[in-house]
Amino acid sequence: MNQQIVNKQDRKRVVVIGNGMVGHRFIENLVDANDANQYEIVTFSEEPRLAYDRVQLSSYFTGSTAEDLSLTSEANYTANNVNYTLSDKVVSIDRTAKTYCTEKGLTESYDVLVLATGSFPFVPPIPGNDQQHCHVYRTIDDLDAITASAQDSKTGVVVGGGLLGLEAANALKELQLDTHIVEFAPRLMAVQLDEGGGNLLRRKIERLGLTIHTEKATENIQPGENHRYRMNFADGSHLETDMIVFSAGIRPQDELAKQCDLTMGERGGIVVDNQCKTSDPNIYAVGECALWEGRIYGLVAPGYQMAKVAAAQIAGHQDEFTGADMSTKLKLLGVDVASIGDAHGQTEGCQSFIYQDDLNQIYKRLIISKSGKKLLGVVLVGETENYGPLLQIMLNGIKLPNKPESLILPDSDGSGGGIGVEALPDAAQICSCYDVSKGQIGSAVENGCMNLGDIKTATEASTGCGGCAALVKQVVDNKLASLGIEVNNDICEHFAYSRQELADIIRVKEVKTFSDLLTSHGKGFGCEICKPAVGSILASYWNEHILKSDHLPLQDTNDVFLANMQKDGTYSVIPRIPGGEITPEKLIVIGEVAKEFSLYTKITGGQRIDLFGAQMHELPLIWKKLIDAGFETGHAYGKALRTVKSCVGSTWCRFGVQDSVGEAIRIEERYRGLRSPHKLKMAVSGCTRECAEAQSKDVGIIATEKGWNLFVCGNGGMRPRHADLFATDIDTATLIRYIDRFLMFYVRTADRLQRTSVWLENLDGGLEYLKQVIIEDSLGICGELEAEMTSLVDTYECEWKATIEDEQKLKRFNHFINADNKDSNVIFVSERDQKRPATKDERSKLEGVAN
Amino acid sequence: MVNKTWFDICAEQDLTLDSGVCALFDDEQVAIFKCSGDEDLFAISNFDPIGEANVLSRGIVGSIGEKRVVSSPLFKQHFCLKTGECLEEADMNLKTYDIRSHQGTIQLSHKAVG
Repeated sequence: MNQQIVNKQDRKRVVVIGNGMVGHRFIENLVDANDANQYEIVTFSEEPRLAYDRVQLSSYFTGSTAEDLSLTSEANYTANNVNYTLSDKVVSIDRTAKTYCTEKGLTESYDVLVLATGSFPFVPPIPGNDQQHCHVYRTIDDLDAITASAQDSKTGVVVGGGLLGLEAANALKELQLDTHIVEFAPRLMAVQLDEGGGNLLRRKIERLGLTIHTEKATENIQPGENHRYRMNFADGSHLETDMIVFSAGIRPQDELAKQCDLTMGERGGIVVDNQCKTSDPNIYAVGECALWEGRIYGLVAPGYQMAKVAAAQIAGHQDEFTGADMSTKLKLLGVDVASIGDAHGQTEGCQSFIYQDDLNQIYKRLIISKSGKKLLGVVLVGETENYGPLLQIMLNGIKLPNKPESLILPDSDGSGGGIGVEALPDAAQICSCYDVSKGQIGSAVENGCMNLGDIKTATEASTGCGGCAALVKQVVDNKLASLGIEVNNDICEHFAYSRQELADIIRVKEVKTFSDLLTSHGKGFGCEICKPAVGSILASYWNEHILKSDHLPLQDTNDVFLANMQKDGTYSVIPRIPGGEITPEKLIVIGEVAKEFSLYTKITGGQRIDLFGAQMHELPLIWKKLIDAGFETGHAYGKALRTVKSCVGSTWCRFGVQDSVGEAIRIEERYRGLRSPHKLKMAVSGCTRECAEAQSKDVGIIATEKGWNLFVCGNGGMRPRHADLFATDIDTATLIRYIDRFLMFYVRTADRLQRTSVWLENLDGGLEYLKQVIIEDSLGICGELEAEMTSLVDTYECEWKATIEDEQKLKRFNHFINADNKDSNVIFVSERDQKRPATKDERSKLEGVAN
Repeated sequence: MVNKTWFDICAEQDLTLDSGVCALFDDEQVAIFKCSGDEDLFAISNFDPIGEANVLSRGIVGSIGEKRVVSSPLFKQHFCLKTGECLEEADMNLKTYDIRSHQGTIQLSHKAVG
């Protein structure tokens, strides 16, 4: 057995068995501690892919791909010297020799082993449970199998009404099946919810068209008459279905530990101590395979804590796992549900407050101690806004207010329910995904973080599930206030208002000029910050030609001359090429114009052509020719829609499922000229392969078999951000309606020069709030937003066309007001057969020759 | 006192309020601005010494505190329209010119030396 096993001198070989979420987090933690490259990190995954986000698994059915879910990449592991093996698993461990064998026959040594084998789904021992269309819900491969079965199924059953069961039911519903849930207990989510909460959850889910069967024990599964299978229940009733998904709990994946005789729990699980060590000091166990104080933790946050502890121990630091809170807040089938602490009121002598609102379908229960001073548990269904503060009150044992019921009663007196973050101790954990405390957030604020976006970058708080965003913001605001820092959103010294406030003033008071606004709301003479911002707001709302003499002094030079100024004072010109589609005739015109005016040409990233080196007086001449050939301005100079990039889509591509070019052109033509707080980029991909890179755009659209998936707030460039999935499988009319609303809402509320990505990160309530405003019209403004956009679309004109038709406007395009000379300081040299600005050295040499 | 020599540049009505133009004056490029407020005409060198290009007439005008300024369109530094000083970089000073409107015509003249 012991073949040539070479250990590199003193490096410790740390082998992580299992590459799920927790195994991956452990590796991340150890990589961070591996500054001297003292560990050789090795990991095995029995799945054909590296770690992915199992918590978000159901989003696989609403448009996310395996790649979207992945938590790392092979390139990332390679870059960090993590040696990984996919599709192979460790099958035995020799603790004496400190070696292990894999299924494919590999034998290697270890110094430290970390078991992160996770769990497997429990399938009740029902005769007939192993048929072709019976599945479990755990891995991406499982989801693929479920999707395949759903292809020729009409009805689907989920066995299990717990948290995971409801997730699985959501998946079947997304797959358009007539969905049933079969639960053994008398109610849904029996572990987390009390009777009142469970009953309301049931009513809400039934309203969505799902059928729920409680107190049903399945005896066997036999062939059905109208459907593939017939499930026979112990009470004599039965249910027919075409497919079944078992989601009746999990069991620790502990075979390997049993094989090598580690101490096990009576009902399974690998026993670990506070350091996450097993009975063998060289072997650790973390996550759902580990049994701590007789408990298996089936949530990811405690697994992450164990990963952190194990990595710290191996690196020689002190850290302990002392249990974890199992409180949870989530959205199941669109229903907000939360459970904190002793949700069932099992503590002796405890008392309850219950708030039930049948009209709005809300249920809340507080469980408090006998003395009435401590919070023991909470159940929230239908509204979970106060989850964060309530959790902190429970975890930190904060004394309850005199009227504890105020914590769950509707906020009638505007007092905010009496929960203040100032009461929390510094040790209070605010973000459980990344274990960020109130104290850490406070320090980040002291070090200069001023808003939620800064905090996310500095501490990672709220970058996991995002559930703590509102709480983080409260902590930040509270800290800023305690430091005596006034959050100053004034746009500049001339206006004591933010861009959003100025936009509101302009809209509500119908202000039409900068000078009127300055007189009524500002002071001084304005500057290069407030003038373009106000110019942009005026253009967004009233859409007048930006070179009207009232507006002209407000614009940056790029907007004044409708071109992009380059380093030497010359300009570049970009005609619009909607969707990147262009005829040979038009291509020839661009070539001819570039040749005639001797312009440097380059293809841009947005699928159009940039012409450089035009002098100011040449701009109208160039545009006359372009407009005569049917081109219009590309707004490359403005804070406006740039391009809508596209792939060729179903017209040419073998894989395309929709006409992405046609849609891109329609969208580009709809929103061209829209002035916004910053530039806007969009893209349309014709299928899920995403060749147009739509997920890096402000608005990204990806074709599906049924319609379009809409993504928002992505960004490339200096601060890349993956766009968020906003709506799935929508038709074209809905798509346009959502984009109309989204863009106008952004125009109304964003700060100056704030891209959609940063805007979203700073939006209170984040993506969910944005969905409520845009999709559910929670603010009741969608009608207004659409009307504003329609009016802009109807009044669009090409600024260059309007300019070359107006003698007065053309006067500006001369370098000198009193001479026809050119700027003698502009000097070009040739490189790769095109011109470019001369460098300082070249310039002085050329001038030397001329003299 | 020697009579100052003024050169005609353009009609005052050719200027747009609160923006600039560039004039060729004695082989030098001069940025001319007509601004709101009591003191309304300014003339400074058009050459941005930081960006090293003739662009200042194309900057946005405004005020920083009590000073009337133009912001360079290249890197946004502020130059005082009256004195030519750069507010961000003390050693960068622009040449300034005398300017007036005489019977509807904008005229430039070199500053008296000393």
